[in-house]
Amino acid sequence: MGVSTGADRLIHVWGNRIGLSYVELKKRLFVYIFIIPVLGVYVFLRILPILKNFLYSFFSSSVVKPMDSFIGFSNYRELFTDSLFLIAMKNTTIFAVSVTVFSVLIAIILALLLSGKTKGGAFFETLYFIPVITPMVPVAVVWKWIYDPTYGLLNYVLSWVGLKPVAWLVMPNTAIWAIIVMSIWKIIGYNMVIFLVGIRDIPDTYIDAAMIDGAGQYQIFKSIIMPLLRPILIFVTVISTINAYNVFTQVFIMTSGPQGAPGNAVRTLVFDIYENAFRYFKTGYAASEAVVLFLIILLLTFVQLGVGAKKD
Amino acid sequence: MKANNTKRINGWIIFRYLILIIGAFVMILPFVWMLSTSLKPPDEVLSWPPQLLPKTITIGNYVTVFATAPFARFFLNSVLMASLSTFSILLTSSMAGYIFGKFSFPGRDFLFILFLATAMVPFETYMVPLYLSMVNVHWVNTFPGLVAPYLVMSYGIFFIRQNVKASLPDELLDAARIDGAGEFRIFRQVVLPMLKGPSGALAIFAFMQTWAAFIWPLIITSSRKLWTMELGLGMFQYRFTVDLGPINAGSMISIFPVLMVFLLMRRHIIKGIALTGMKG
Repeated sequence: MGVSTGADRLIHVWGNRIGLSYVELKKRLFVYIFIIPVLGVYVFLRILPILKNFLYSFFSSSVVKPMDSFIGFSNYRELFTDSLFLIAMKNTTIFAVSVTVFSVLIAIILALLLSGKTKGGAFFETLYFIPVITPMVPVAVVWKWIYDPTYGLLNYVLSWVGLKPVAWLVMPNTAIWAIIVMSIWKIIGYNMVIFLVGIRDIPDTYIDAAMIDGAGQYQIFKSIIMPLLRPILIFVTVISTINAYNVFTQVFIMTSGPQGAPGNAVRTLVFDIYENAFRYFKTGYAASEAVVLFLIILLLTFVQLGVGAKKD
Repeated sequence: MKANNTKRINGWIIFRYLILIIGAFVMILPFVWMLSTSLKPPDEVLSWPPQLLPKTITIGNYVTVFATAPFARFFLNSVLMASLSTFSILLTSSMAGYIFGKFSFPGRDFLFILFLATAMVPFETYMVPLYLSMVNVHWVNTFPGLVAPYLVMSYGIFFIRQNVKASLPDELLDAARIDGAGEFRIFRQVVLPMLKGPSGALAIFAFMQTWAAFIWPLIITSSRKLWTMELGLGMFQYRFTVDLGPINAGSMISIFPVLMVFLLMRRHIIKGIALTGMKG
């Protein structure tokens, strides 16, 4: 390895000075040439915005100035008296809890049904997974029409059993549930596949041994499958809850236009952030709402890490 | 006794399949409805009772959606945005993933945890400051602004690092170094070819994720010239209230690329999403 060019000589001299060999120093330079651009992009697109969000939440804002004047915790105090924010919190929580509980329950049942040597198991797995991978917008559009009061497929099917047509997305007390059902449908396949991985990891010998001991299906489920699935159950529950707290697209699509939009019946947290920031230009206030969302998600992540760690 | 037992088992199997088939039907029905509506002539679209299958099949809606609305433009924008995002995610993930997997340097663990931690913060919690940063660099309502948030993916770095650690032996890299290859050449000619498999998987996730984006295109664009397929559908679906046929044709077009990739590579995708926790 001849030290020939000027740059090489420089590396050599410099390396000697800080106690790294020529080869090591060359490696080190390579590391920085690769990592610094990526770090730069991260700082600009992720790290700074995440930090700035906290900063903005302590300022009042105008259209041109996100940090108009420092107002301490005023934005946060206002949140607790803002009826729209409180409605959004309530709706988002109802949404997140319902979607999580039902999608996890249904997914476990489906995973159990698919876990044995089911013929065509891969076929069902694929079908159940299709809603997971399809983009949200087209799917929300078609569900909106399934729920349509006049032409909708749902009301037609219900008319077979003599039920009168319902304006699912217009009635304030059904609108959120209509969106919840659609959202459960969208993620069941995801949760099911994760449970399937967990169930298939359970050694056959455990279940065989239990069967020899005369345990019934329910007993095997309760005392072998469930305890071993616990870490996965926690993972799926937390991930589902976090994703559900960020709900926006399906709400935006399914409540827009004349078929939906029952006032604030389905206002969610991200929808409220979106409206405050981009319709009313109250970016500081929207930032304080985003901090609340951030804290909810941080709490959920700690729950997962905490409960998950206890297991080991 | 034995016959009775077999009967019970048969009954259980039938019950099991019944549930699975009903479930599969519910999962697929909205897509069948979408496809069917997109192929119906206008007078059949709003017929009562609803017809699950069209009586006459027409591709008129597919023509209309491109003729009456700038959906060709939206489609092109989506393709450009998703492709650029995929390329950038592959590049940044293999660069950083390789470095984190094979080199030691001061601050490495701190940086890695920093990158990974941002993966746990949902986009919705920092989109407002990100938008304001875009205002500062004059990227609002521009293509760079549209694609910017999708240029990196923390899971991608993590995923490539795992693969580098598992399947790229140090001996191979050292042998190349002894042969006199420089670090850049090793990266290009040894590391990248070894990462073909995982890069393919990562490319699929990256493309799907960016293709499905909605809230960011909604806030960052103001002129229709920059709308993506998803945004175009979202904005047109309530103005077009009677034109259900074209809207469903647009929906089919937006789903088609994703569905094709999924059906071709379903094993890898299902496994990848389940094991890595990527959202797809």
